[in-house]
Amino acid sequence: MEHSIIFAGFGGQGALFAGQLLTYAAADAGLHVTWIPSYGPEMRGGTAHCTVVVGDEPIGSPLVRNPDMVVAMNLPSTDKYEPLVKSGGLLVVNGSLVKRPIRRTDIETLVVPANDMAQEHGSQRLANVVMLGALLEATDLLPLEQVEQALRDHLPKRHYHLLDANIAALRAGAEFARIFMPASAAVT
Amino acid sequence: MTKELWKGNEALAEAAIRAGVEAFFGYPITPQTELLEYMSRRMVELGLAFLQAESEIGAINMVYGAACAGVRVMTSSSSPGISLMQEGLSYIAASEVPVVLVNIMRGGPGLGNIQPSQGDYFLMTKTVGHGDFHAIVLAPSTIQEAVDLMQIAFDLAFKYRTIVTLLGDGSLGQMMEPVEMPPFKEWPEKRPDWALRGAKDRPPRIITSLYLGADKLEAVNLRLQEKLQRIAANEVRYETFMADDAEHLIVAFGTVGRIAKSAVRQARANGMKAGLFRPITLWPYPEKELDALIAQGRVKDILVVEMNAGQMLEDVKRIAAQRVPVHFTGRMGGVIPLPDDILPVLEALDASGNGQNGHKREMAFA
Amino acid sequence: MTVTQVSTTQAKSMPSLPRLEEMQVVYKKPESLTDAHTHYCPGCTHGIIHRLIAEVIDELGVRERTIGVAPVGCAVFAYEYFNVDGCEAAHGRAPAMATGLKRVMPNHIIFTYQGDGDLASIGGNEILHAAGRGENLTVIFVNNAVYGMTGGQMAPTTPPGMVTTSSPFGRDIQSQGYPMHITEMLAIMPGVAYAARRSMHSVAEIRKTKKAIRLAFEAQLKNLGLGIVEILSSCPTNWHLGPVESLDFIRDRMIPIFPLGELKVHEALKQSK
Repeated sequence: MEHSIIFAGFGGQGALFAGQLLTYAAADAGLHVTWIPSYGPEMRGGTAHCTVVVGDEPIGSPLVRNPDMVVAMNLPSTDKYEPLVKSGGLLVVNGSLVKRPIRRTDIETLVVPANDMAQEHGSQRLANVVMLGALLEATDLLPLEQVEQALRDHLPKRHYHLLDANIAALRAGAEFARIFMPASAAVT
Repeated sequence: MTKELWKGNEALAEAAIRAGVEAFFGYPITPQTELLEYMSRRMVELGLAFLQAESEIGAINMVYGAACAGVRVMTSSSSPGISLMQEGLSYIAASEVPVVLVNIMRGGPGLGNIQPSQGDYFLMTKTVGHGDFHAIVLAPSTIQEAVDLMQIAFDLAFKYRTIVTLLGDGSLGQMMEPVEMPPFKEWPEKRPDWALRGAKDRPPRIITSLYLGADKLEAVNLRLQEKLQRIAANEVRYETFMADDAEHLIVAFGTVGRIAKSAVRQARANGMKAGLFRPITLWPYPEKELDALIAQGRVKDILVVEMNAGQMLEDVKRIAAQRVPVHFTGRMGGVIPLPDDILPVLEALDASGNGQNGHKREMAFA
Repeated sequence: MTVTQVSTTQAKSMPSLPRLEEMQVVYKKPESLTDAHTHYCPGCTHGIIHRLIAEVIDELGVRERTIGVAPVGCAVFAYEYFNVDGCEAAHGRAPAMATGLKRVMPNHIIFTYQGDGDLASIGGNEILHAAGRGENLTVIFVNNAVYGMTGGQMAPTTPPGMVTTSSPFGRDIQSQGYPMHITEMLAIMPGVAYAARRSMHSVAEIRKTKKAIRLAFEAQLKNLGLGIVEILSSCPTNWHLGPVESLDFIRDRMIPIFPLGELKVHEALKQSK
């Protein structure tokens, strides 16, 4: 088993942290995992993305051209990665910011109103965790509980007062996917 | 010990702490800056010597000074910074003081960019400064390997009184992987008998790289070369992956080495007999080992993959010595070759049945 | 050829030489100098400066924990002449190398010995930042207005109008700029505890130079910051002047551009003066 996931968004949307959270959870679960960011000017407010590869064997390439799954948190990310998702793969789109149709028919698409849902939990900045919750529910990457534990263990101290809100947002994303993503469509 | 998730640059820094580094002098440059930042906190906490220098030139000469005192000292930089350090590295090599240097390579030439590259292969392995010398070049392909190699870097540096470099690229520095950190290493308190510690109860010691007499300087060079030969005979490291019965042998190092593993796995899944030879020491190069693999006669062709225009390729071609065709594919300017780039080249070799003794460097840049 | 005839009467009247065991030592080589013969040209003042430094090291009792950093330039072999541990820096990098030594051995006494090409030109950045950081180092800056070892080329300290091998028409301010006042630049920096400019052109000035060197070492002993003494020195070979004329050149041509005196004295050094 080896899965590749790209998280992409504007700088500040937390795409890199969502990927790190998954990486922490995978590492804690004893899996092999790599996380590699786009780095440089993107870190200072442009678009940012990271690639996570998780598997039960040592990871060879930490980068892929055609990822199994993409979490696209804004329109530019959707434009960039919709064509790249591996056929039969999964595209999770932030429906709060992406208002255009998804053209690919050979992939599963899950549209999550992540900013709106995050706002309900106190801050739009939780949108990344909402998206991650949806991804986890729509796939068999890792159990939700593993990522909740990773949040407890690895949320930066300065954000620790937001732990409960983060966990609630994560669960909300998963709940959304449970309702709107048919079980048959789950990517494994 | 359990594994923890570490960013490459920070893992290298902590690994150096575990290995017993006593002093660090450096200058910020992307994509290695996190190493310096980590040291600025960690070394101060531990009461060790840390200084952000005014330039890479300043940094390497501070390293030179501290090394003369017989302490375990290191610096880290990225390609343009290494260019600036070359003067100091040459003096250090000639003076035979031990130094550990990390180069997290970025795209060049010139200011280039901050994306990963292996464009410094020539620079690092042939001679990282003026004059006749080599530094030991360790090229990890994973963060765990980088951490493990850092544990032997100071041993090698002190054993041979030489420069030991850890050569990574921006992706190794920036990525995160689970890592098992080694325990803290114990070192003897006594300083080496060449170290400048003050001429108390003994004649003064001098550390210099100046020998005006041609005979004297030749003698120094002969001694240096003898030392380099000893290193070459004893310190070669490499890894093979599915190479025993491989007909198509990829040769790749560092990040590309691990990427090539994915390509080999996919090629094997497709029924191709592919394998990987991954040098871990780029100097000394595992010449005999690669030579022996070719001499077994199973390898039909070699594919060198690099993030440059084909630098290690020249060493591989020399070792292959026309016995098998050596092909090349690579990317430059910060573009990372992916398994998807390597696999079609392997497939083309497999389909052609090869036999042509070509060095198809141009296929890289299609 | 004239042969001098020595008469028997003259020889008989010659006094007998004193016996060694009857002699008194009134002047000797400092312990901090080796027995090596220096390679410096006749009339060059490097040798005197070496002696002054060695005397100060002896007087302060720090020889066994002193490390000297030699420059690239005429003093490149300085480590052969000082009876202390020594090393050889790349051109201009002595303050960085000394920083490395001092940072890992804070209780040792580290001094650099640099010429004007080394310190003021190629090593401008290294000395500036060592001073900026307030490194506890002693810097002996020997200014003889030219690159001596490479054969007398123009240096940043060459006086306007001076003919050198690389300013054959005389240093032209319009195209080659002004002499640089490094010690003045350093003196205004908070990290500098002692800065002075002295000269080798007279016995009185040589005595003052020794005092300045001593204070620059004391600044380090007291961890006050960087101590620097710029010493105006002669280069008869490349100036194409006799030794005595060279001293006059310092007095008449260099001091008007580079005035002597103490530019900075840390409060804590004033008591020891």
